[in-house]
Amino acid sequence: MTIAARPGRAVGAPLRREGPAKLTGTALYTDDLVFPGGWYGTTIRSTEPRARLVAIDLDPAFDWSRVAVVTADDIPGDNVVASIAADQPILVPVGGEIRHQAEPVALLAAADRETLREARLRVRLRTEALPPVFDPLASTVEFARYDLAKGDVDAGLASADLVVQGTYRVGHQEQLYIENNAMIAVPRAGGGVIVHGSLQCPYYVHKALKRGLRIGSEQAQVVQAETGGGFGGKEEYPSMIGLHAALLALRTQRPVRMIYDRHEDLAATTKRHPAIVTHRTGVMRDGRVVAQDIDLVLDGGAYTTLTPVVLSRATIHAGGPYDIPNVRIRGRAVMTNTPPNGAFRGFGAPQSEFAAETQLNRVAEAIGMSPLDVRRRNVYRLGGITPTQQVLRGGVAGEEVLERAAEASEFDRVRVRTAESRGRRSPRDRTARGIGLALAWHGAGFTGSGEAKMGSVVSVELSGDGVVRILTASTEMGQGTKTIFPQLVAAELGLPIEAVEMAPQDTALVPDSGPTVASRTAMVVGGMTIQAARRLREAVEGRTGRPFATSYRDDAADHGATRIDQAFEPYPGVGFDDATYTGDAYPAFGWAAAVAEVEVDLDTFEVAVRSIVAVDDVGRVIHPVLCEGQVEGGTLQAVGYATIEEIKLLDGRYLNDRLQTYLIPTALDAPRIETILVESPFAGVPHGAKGVGELPMDVGAPAVVAAIHDATGAWIHDLPATPERIMAALVGIDPPGPPGISTVSPRRAADGDTER
Amino acid sequence: MAIEPAVVSPATLAEAYAIAARGAHRPVAGGTDLLVQITGGIGPPPDRVLDLWRLDELRGISVRDGALELGALTTFSEIRASVACREDAPALVEAAATIGAAQIQNRGTLGGNVMNASPAGDTLPVLLALDAELVVGGETGERTIPAAAFWPAYRRTAIRPDELLVRIRLPLVADRRQRFRKVGTRRAQAISKVVIALAWRGDPGSGTWREVRVALGSVAATPIRAAAAEAALEGERPTESTAERAVAALVGELRPIDDVRSTAAYRREVAGRVLRRLVRDEGRW
Amino acid sequence: MSYHLTVNGTATEVAVPGMRRLLDVLREDLGLTGSKEGCGEGECGACTVLIDGAVAVSCLVPVCQVDAAVITTVEGLATPTTGLSSLQQAFLETGGAQCGICTPGMLLSGQAFLDSGAEPTDDAIREAIAGNLCRCTGYTKIVEAVALAAGRRDETGA
Repeated sequence: MTIAARPGRAVGAPLRREGPAKLTGTALYTDDLVFPGGWYGTTIRSTEPRARLVAIDLDPAFDWSRVAVVTADDIPGDNVVASIAADQPILVPVGGEIRHQAEPVALLAAADRETLREARLRVRLRTEALPPVFDPLASTVEFARYDLAKGDVDAGLASADLVVQGTYRVGHQEQLYIENNAMIAVPRAGGGVIVHGSLQCPYYVHKALKRGLRIGSEQAQVVQAETGGGFGGKEEYPSMIGLHAALLALRTQRPVRMIYDRHEDLAATTKRHPAIVTHRTGVMRDGRVVAQDIDLVLDGGAYTTLTPVVLSRATIHAGGPYDIPNVRIRGRAVMTNTPPNGAFRGFGAPQSEFAAETQLNRVAEAIGMSPLDVRRRNVYRLGGITPTQQVLRGGVAGEEVLERAAEASEFDRVRVRTAESRGRRSPRDRTARGIGLALAWHGAGFTGSGEAKMGSVVSVELSGDGVVRILTASTEMGQGTKTIFPQLVAAELGLPIEAVEMAPQDTALVPDSGPTVASRTAMVVGGMTIQAARRLREAVEGRTGRPFATSYRDDAADHGATRIDQAFEPYPGVGFDDATYTGDAYPAFGWAAAVAEVEVDLDTFEVAVRSIVAVDDVGRVIHPVLCEGQVEGGTLQAVGYATIEEIKLLDGRYLNDRLQTYLIPTALDAPRIETILVESPFAGVPHGAKGVGELPMDVGAPAVVAAIHDATGAWIHDLPATPERIMAALVGIDPPGPPGISTVSPRRAADGDTER
Repeated sequence: MAIEPAVVSPATLAEAYAIAARGAHRPVAGGTDLLVQITGGIGPPPDRVLDLWRLDELRGISVRDGALELGALTTFSEIRASVACREDAPALVEAAATIGAAQIQNRGTLGGNVMNASPAGDTLPVLLALDAELVVGGETGERTIPAAAFWPAYRRTAIRPDELLVRIRLPLVADRRQRFRKVGTRRAQAISKVVIALAWRGDPGSGTWREVRVALGSVAATPIRAAAAEAALEGERPTESTAERAVAALVGELRPIDDVRSTAAYRREVAGRVLRRLVRDEGRW
Repeated sequence: MSYHLTVNGTATEVAVPGMRRLLDVLREDLGLTGSKEGCGEGECGACTVLIDGAVAVSCLVPVCQVDAAVITTVEGLATPTTGLSSLQQAFLETGGAQCGICTPGMLLSGQAFLDSGAEPTDDAIREAIAGNLCRCTGYTKIVEAVALAAGRRDETGA
């Protein structure tokens, strides 16, 4: 069938490679995999925020012969989920400390779910309660700290015409992939295990299995099943689940399925970090911001996980995309007795950029300047210097995305109209309209020296039977890896895309291309894939003297297989000094602007986000449809973050642990999203791409909050901007508690042993 | 896979009554509440289930004996599509449209909403405002319970264990007007933070309101009538000062709570604001 | 108990407990894993199927209530002879499927909308899929896909 693509859109772009399988229900996600003789596994979890584990009691009246039980004593290797630090246990050992609600303590498996359900009820944890810490500002345990400085912030503030101060708080956000976490472990014939699962990073799980099970690289095999969304939520927790499934599989010598239901997934797996950000901004009457003094605290939850890296990104992005002469940013991440927080699209930047953008809007209001003009005045331009002393040498598109967004949304014109209607408002009016603008930058790829240390490899091979195949650990989770990589290689080799295969994401087959995170897949791994294809082309053309496309089959027949292993080569002129935390924090930055229009119900303070114009500079668009899809999806996640997505906690436990209570936007909540893609390429990679996944997540929330202000006159400092918070700001009624911080039940408070 | 209690699916109401009389069966209509509870482990699962789905005697919408009658198994989709409901119970049609989305509206039933007895049940304030009569039956015959007496306490009903809800009667009242507003957690598939249903008879001559009913959900342990607010509106015209008195009365009589969905302060304030808006719309001030 | 269903045009008999969820019957007893479980409480719509042509979440339907019913799942949309359905083809072209986990349920809600003959306005399409959560697309391209398929239906009268 021919495709009637609209002009300027998908003309010539290939269809999603695994699309037909997904559309016909034949794509196999983890829970769709059948392993005959497999058992079902489950996790016994803590029900306290902090306690000493005294004993795990198994009811002697129950027939335990039908059930496999695994505790920390059964772990052959280190009782550690391998990550940045070695603090998080696979299972809390007896005598050890439970640090959060829903922490894994023991594992059970049985042949059927009925037995497993009964067995769960016959396990009792004996504990001695310890005093928990819930308020990050009261925590004395620091996971990481970064201090950035540029110029002299005290002098800058002293010289300013005006100093504006503000504190912003954001709570947890759940990734809410529609497919819950799921892993199945199968004992391997030659020892060790094969773990099939829903995951972003096969080699993270691989590393965790090796350490926790004390097995070799060959014995730990990780295979990605079709993955129903990740958004960061399947970056690290699959290591935990993979270990759990593997421990049970090794115990039972059978396949064991660990398929989380939504309740368990919400209750136990990682969320976006809550944050408290305080700004002091010095500004001149003409709109020049002369000083930013920023203090940022991230709540890491109970274990280190990826928190130091999240903090690093949050800190570097905390000032927003503005070239300010005097900057001081102090970021720290602390421990609380809540489930560990982790990766989620944006990775710290959405939190700190929400604060930065809302603060800048308040600064603009204070000096009577439009939000657009204050950004025009301060946005980074070519040659700008960041707080890590990075000189922006190319691909600087902040101004362009800003102007394009303002133009496409008719920002100035609409804003005049909303201001007029605000001036004429009467109690008769049911709703109020508002428009809001936000601008952001997002460092492309890993922060600092992360990529150089990772040592990623991608391979492109021409097999002996004449098939071109890409071997990479980069996973497909909906964002399009399996379509764009063949596209890049096909273009380099002059082949039709159908002629390029993708090897399965199986650690037994593909090299470690690093994790599928940080918007690095298209830029970094995509770039390496092109390099590998280029070397393959040169090798073949060198031998055949003819163009690759017309000679590769002959070359394979004559010469046999050729495989090019392409390791990451540091980008020329990009360097970062970890010791001083200065230099090129990112090889390039993506730039994003969003303009949101909202309608606020003046009786109920409900917010309808009507439209969003999203302008994103992605370097180079590889596939317009997939790229737009990333912007649209990220934009809606940001709208959810801004308006309805909130987790309330009681005694460190998430209360919104079902889909009836943790809400994400439906099709009726979603705004009309207009996507404009801007191309300001990164010169360090052959195709110029800078990544797209995270960019839209940074701008949506501050744009919506600015629009709510434009509609109502109320500044909302805490996310989400729920009707309850908007009402509190406008009517002067008790606001709800701060987002992200657990309340304490009366019983616990009465015990007097809660907060120290 | 969830727990799978034993189930019996009678084909006639008489059989169903006989099973109900033996006790120990949890009735299920469209399943949209019960299966959530079983799968989610919310409360102890029932040992035995009485499946009502095949009982066509409990279906159908008709006007009979001066009332709009809806069989207990009437789905929300059927309510939305019913001309009779749109004419005589527009507030009920509006309420039905706010429950879940199409998937739930095709299976969820009015009777199920009544029997689930949630304080957030979206149709329940409408039934209160329209003076609904809930006809329940058993082997000993039928009896009628007024909606105002049907939900005595949190998630409790006035029905006996050997009885089943058979139909819902909405007495037809001349010149009755009705309004409905749900304030939910999002724009579709929302659970309510505040639901308000308002009904009154307008005097065509004087413009005063008679037989005023103000009913709310999600602001107390049960769906409630707001007696003080009703009294403030009774016999009055929908003026600004009347609205202010009614709102003050309403805010004073509500006892909402903080929960995972909203706050007591919000529920109280917004209930008042929505009532003011509804009265303002009618008074056109 | 034994129940008779017609699933994707094939008459089927299953001998299972009556309170087994239709979703489990489809996935585990009949091996039709195209319908997905995302929440088990009727909120996400990933398990949406058609029962006698009407959308329902199969996680909330006990199999005893679909005895003698006609069930359509995602596996019943494409056929070996005609290939992808018009709606599936439209999803493929517009980019309506990303991670794919909501796609089967989304397709059935979209199909029910197309079958209803309703005018494919943006609002009407959004209401038709409001019971299906998607976390990848922002819904934009899903709405486009349904509109595209509706347009082709109206052009061809198919």
